[in-house]
Amino acid sequence: MAATTDTGADFRTRLQTWLPKLVLSPSLAIMLVFVYGFIAFTIYLSFTDSRMLPSFGWVGWENYDRLFRIREWNVALTNLAIFASLYIVISTAIGLSLAIFLDQKIRGEGVLRPIFLYPMALSFIVTGTAWKWFLDPAIGLENTMHLWGWESFTFGWIKDREMAIYTVVIAAVWQSSGFVMAMFLAGLRGIDNEILKAAQIDGASNWNLYRRIILPQLRPAFLSAFVILSHLAIKSYDLVIALTGGGPGNATALPATFMYSYTFTRNQMGIGASSAVIMLMTIAAIMVPYLYAELKEKK
Amino acid sequence: MAVASPETAIRTSRITRAFIYLFLLLFALFYLLPFGIMLINSVKPLSEITGGNMIALPRDWTIQPWLSAWSTAQIGVEPTGLRPYFINSLMMAIPAVILSTVVGALNGYVLTKWRFRGDTIIFGLLLFSCFIPFQIVLIPMARILGILQIAGTTPGLILVHFVYGIGFTTLYFRNYYAAFPTELVRAAQIDGAGFFQIFWRIMLPSSGPIIAVSFIWQFTNIWNDFLFGASFASGDAAPMTVALNNLVNSSTGVREYNVHFAGAIMAAAPTLLVYIVAGRYFVRGLMAGSVKG
Repeated sequence: MAATTDTGADFRTRLQTWLPKLVLSPSLAIMLVFVYGFIAFTIYLSFTDSRMLPSFGWVGWENYDRLFRIREWNVALTNLAIFASLYIVISTAIGLSLAIFLDQKIRGEGVLRPIFLYPMALSFIVTGTAWKWFLDPAIGLENTMHLWGWESFTFGWIKDREMAIYTVVIAAVWQSSGFVMAMFLAGLRGIDNEILKAAQIDGASNWNLYRRIILPQLRPAFLSAFVILSHLAIKSYDLVIALTGGGPGNATALPATFMYSYTFTRNQMGIGASSAVIMLMTIAAIMVPYLYAELKEKK
Repeated sequence: MAVASPETAIRTSRITRAFIYLFLLLFALFYLLPFGIMLINSVKPLSEITGGNMIALPRDWTIQPWLSAWSTAQIGVEPTGLRPYFINSLMMAIPAVILSTVVGALNGYVLTKWRFRGDTIIFGLLLFSCFIPFQIVLIPMARILGILQIAGTTPGLILVHFVYGIGFTTLYFRNYYAAFPTELVRAAQIDGAGFFQIFWRIMLPSSGPIIAVSFIWQFTNIWNDFLFGASFASGDAAPMTVALNNLVNSSTGVREYNVHFAGAIMAAAPTLLVYIVAGRYFVRGLMAGSVKG
C-alpha cells in the first residue's frame, strides 16, 4: 500500500517537473520550424536556381551577385537609406518635442495625447489611402490652396520621381511619431523631480536642465525608439503599396516591395530569396545586440 | 528612487507656454487633418469632391458612399462591397488572437515561475521571432500552406498569425509574470497545488490587464496586417486591408473617392474603436513592444 502511494506520488512529482517543459515545447517546436527552419530554407533557396517554384540546383553566390547589379535593387537600397534616416530622425525629433511640451503641466493633455497617438492604431493601408489623396495635386492640398486663391502653390511630390520617396516619409512620420512621443513621455515621467529641484536651486536654466540632466536620462528611450523605428523602416511594405504602389515607375521601391515583386510576380525566386536574406541580416545586425543586452540586463 | 511626481518640476514663462500650446495645437491639427478630411469627404457626393474644396463641409450630405462601400462596390471582379472581407478579417483575427494569447500566457508562466537551464535561450529565440522581416518566411510558408491544403483560406491565415504572434504574447506575459511574487507560487506548491492549478487559481485571476494588452495588441496587428493577407489569401478569402487596397487601387473607370474613404474608415473602425475604448492598454502594449516591460 505504502509502496503504491510512493510510486504514485513519484509519478506525480515527475510529471510536475516535466509539465512546464512539456507546455513550452509546442511553442519551441513551432518556432524552430516556422521561424528558424523557414529562415534556413530561404537562405538555402537564395543559393539555388529557383524561378517560379523552389528548385534545388546549386548556383553559389550568383543570385547575390546578380541582385546587386539590378538597378531596381539599388534604387530600393538608396530609398531605404533616405527613408529610414529621415523617418527615424524626424519621428524622434517630433516625438521628443511633443513629449517635452506635454510634460509642462499642459491643460488638455488628456485630450491631446490620444490625438497624437491614434494613427498608430490604423493600418498602413488606411494611412496610405488618406495621404495618397491628400497629396494628390489634382484634388488634395494643392487644389485646395488654388481654390483659396494661392494660385502659385505647387505640391506634386507624389507624382515626381525625385521627390515621391519623401511623401512616404511624411505619411510614415504621421503614423508613428505619436508612438515615439509616448515612449519619451513615459521616460520623462520616470525622472526624479528632486534632482531637478536641486539643480534649479543651484540656478540652472531650463535649457541646461534638459541638456545636462533630463536628456541623458532618456538614453534608454532614445535607444528603444531607434531600434523600433529602424526595424519598422526596414519592414515597410504596406505603406508604399497603398501610397505610391512603388511608383512613379519604381521610384519608391523599397527592399520589401522588391522582394515581393521578384518572388511572386516576376518569378525570380532565387533573387527574391537573396533580397530577403539581406533584409534579415540588416535587421539582425540591429536587433541581436539590442535583445542580447536587454536579456543580460534582466537576469 | 524618491517619489517621482508625474509632472515635471520645470517652470516656464508665459511666452514660452503660449508657444508650447501653439506647437501642440498645430500638431494636433496635423494628426487629425488627413483622417478628418477623409471623414468629411466620405459623406459628400463625388461631384463635390472632384469639383470642390476638400476642407469644405458637404452641401448635400449623403450616406450613399458608405452603403456602396459596404455592399455594392466592385472589389476585384465581384460587386460585393467590403462586407464579406470585413467578416473574413473578423473570422481570421478572433481565433488567432485567442490562440496566441492562451499560448503566450502559458509560456510566460513557465518562463518565469518554472525556470530551468536554458530558458533564457528559448525566450531569446522566441523574442527574435517578433522582429524578423516576414519576407524571409514568405516562400516556405506558401509551400507549407499548400501542403496542408489551406493556402488561400482563412484557416491558413489564422495559422500564420498564430505562429508569428506567439513571440509577442510570450514577451507580454513573461514581463508581467516576472513581477508576480514567486513566493505565492511556491507556497501553493507546498500546499500540493499542481502546475495547472496554480496557473488557473493564482496566476490567471490577476492577469486581467495583461490579457487586455495582449488581446488589443494582437487584434490591432492582425487586423492591420497586409503582407500575409496579400501573399496567402487573395480572392474570396482576402482580409479587409487587401480588399481595401484592391478597391482603392484597381478601380477602373471613374475613381469614386468618396467610396474609397468610406471603405478606409470601415477598415480603420475596429482598431480605432479598440483604441478609444481601451487606449490605456494599447499604450502599454506599444511600450512592452519595446522589450522593456
